[in-house]
Amino acid sequence: MGYLDGFKVTFNKLFEKRVTTSYTIGEGEKAPKPDRLHGRHVLNRYEDGMEKCIGCELCAGVCPARCIYVRGADNPPDDPVSPGERWGFIYEINYLRCIHCDLCVEACPTEAITETKLFEFSFTNRHDAIYTRDELLVGDDGRPSTCPGKTGARVRTG
Amino acid sequence: MLGDPLYAGDVGLAEVLITLLKVVVLFALMTVAVMLMVWFERKLVADMQNRIGPTRAGPWGILQTLADGVKLIFKEDIVPDKAERRVFILAPFLAVVPAFLLFSIIPIGGNFNDGNNGVVEWFGHQTYLQLADPPIGILFALALSSIAVYGVMLAGWSSGSKYPLLGSVRASAQMVSYEAALGLSVAAVVLVSGSLSTHDIVAWQAGPGAGDIIPNWNLVVAGVVPFIVFVIAGTAELNRPPFDLVEAEQEIVGGYQTEYSSFRFALFYLAEFLNTITMSAIFVTLFLGGPSGPIIVGPTWIWPTLWFLLKLFVFLFMFVWLRATLPRFRYDQLMNLGWKLLIPVALGWFLLLAAIRVADDQGWNGLVVIGAALAIFGVATALLVGAVRSGQRARELGEVFD
Repeated sequence: MGYLDGFKVTFNKLFEKRVTTSYTIGEGEKAPKPDRLHGRHVLNRYEDGMEKCIGCELCAGVCPARCIYVRGADNPPDDPVSPGERWGFIYEINYLRCIHCDLCVEACPTEAITETKLFEFSFTNRHDAIYTRDELLVGDDGRPSTCPGKTGARVRTG
Repeated sequence: MLGDPLYAGDVGLAEVLITLLKVVVLFALMTVAVMLMVWFERKLVADMQNRIGPTRAGPWGILQTLADGVKLIFKEDIVPDKAERRVFILAPFLAVVPAFLLFSIIPIGGNFNDGNNGVVEWFGHQTYLQLADPPIGILFALALSSIAVYGVMLAGWSSGSKYPLLGSVRASAQMVSYEAALGLSVAAVVLVSGSLSTHDIVAWQAGPGAGDIIPNWNLVVAGVVPFIVFVIAGTAELNRPPFDLVEAEQEIVGGYQTEYSSFRFALFYLAEFLNTITMSAIFVTLFLGGPSGPIIVGPTWIWPTLWFLLKLFVFLFMFVWLRATLPRFRYDQLMNLGWKLLIPVALGWFLLLAAIRVADDQGWNGLVVIGAALAIFGVATALLVGAVRSGQRARELGEVFD
């Protein structure tokens, strides 16, 4: 039909399967994510509760967006935070800058920093966009803190 | 013929109250119809693009428009510093009032079969199921659609910003050029039906058609050409895709609406969708016999309105389908289509109908008249094409600067 073929295409779409996926499946459960999704970072711990981060600042060095700020310090001998010589006593990621390239994860020698599939970022001011080690560190149960910097956030210290 | 029988005798309190009731019902109906139309358009476009469209507000997202409207009303109303304040504030109303008025001449029900003439009885008073039946009928519609241009034009001009101005310049050029084609195809309908009143045009179409099988619709009687011209020109007049150069988002942001916010923006949207519904209703009234149709079973009063809604729905679907399918016209294509194709075709068809009519009255040989008319059309088409070609060639050679 020449000119009118396009109308057939759009009309046939009416009976095709929809590609939209729901945000949630049932009550509160989120739809499955792609395998290689890059979400929010976490700082991992060893099974004994020791932090993996040794404050080497390689992640900060490799970051193309310059969004990571790390400062290392010597471990206190009587109560070491990490098994190595040093630990990261400041660890901040600015999520207004982070491009989720995962280079920090690749650079990390101890697999201290990894990315989760958490993707729901919302801030009401710029300061909230900076996630500190309180919010990045996984809890004692090895799970990421639920909603950092917001109400109900788990507040932990070093 | 006689106009609404409601006003045939003395006009007392009862007549005024019935008219007021009609106004209120029509207003409510239009508002709800716009709400549903916006939802329908979003849903259908989504369906045509493998998406699901709005689902959150109400069942199947049917209250989405209401939610959007409430949101818009509570937004901050911004008037830019450089705007021409009074005109800027007035323009949306200039767009929305004609849109509401236009529907008042559309017959939306009443039995037209067997010489019933679409009269219904309300509270013991005979009346038509339309708000107004002015003898000038369809001219009123053309006049109001011309006034609606001012809303768009003044909105763009008064915004004090370049993109709205560009949009409004496009709007005025487009709407003025397509109004000519619109008027010429309406003229063909008026010539065949012998009346300007919308009610009489519908009553005429309700009469027995050829062989008592084919309906006496103007789509058949006046020919399919004015119908096609009218639909294309009507779509252009509405600034709907593929003729939405006026608000072409990719080129000129939002056209005339760019500087508008809050309730005034909502009013422009309201006007746009009202006009879509009204234009569909005018298609139905002029070409598809309005509410006329067979009474099949059940109460008599419900069928004409059902037929009307069914026919209306066809065009509403068509508008959404056009939007989902066709890319936007380029500006020169738009002008070429309007001036070099639609207007000559509409005019030619109108003259052909007139010639047949005169031949009929004078008792001339119909075949000879049609043959002569076609020959003249051949010559005229050749002349027009030649003129367009030579103009093009001259422009390419740089002899004409434009």
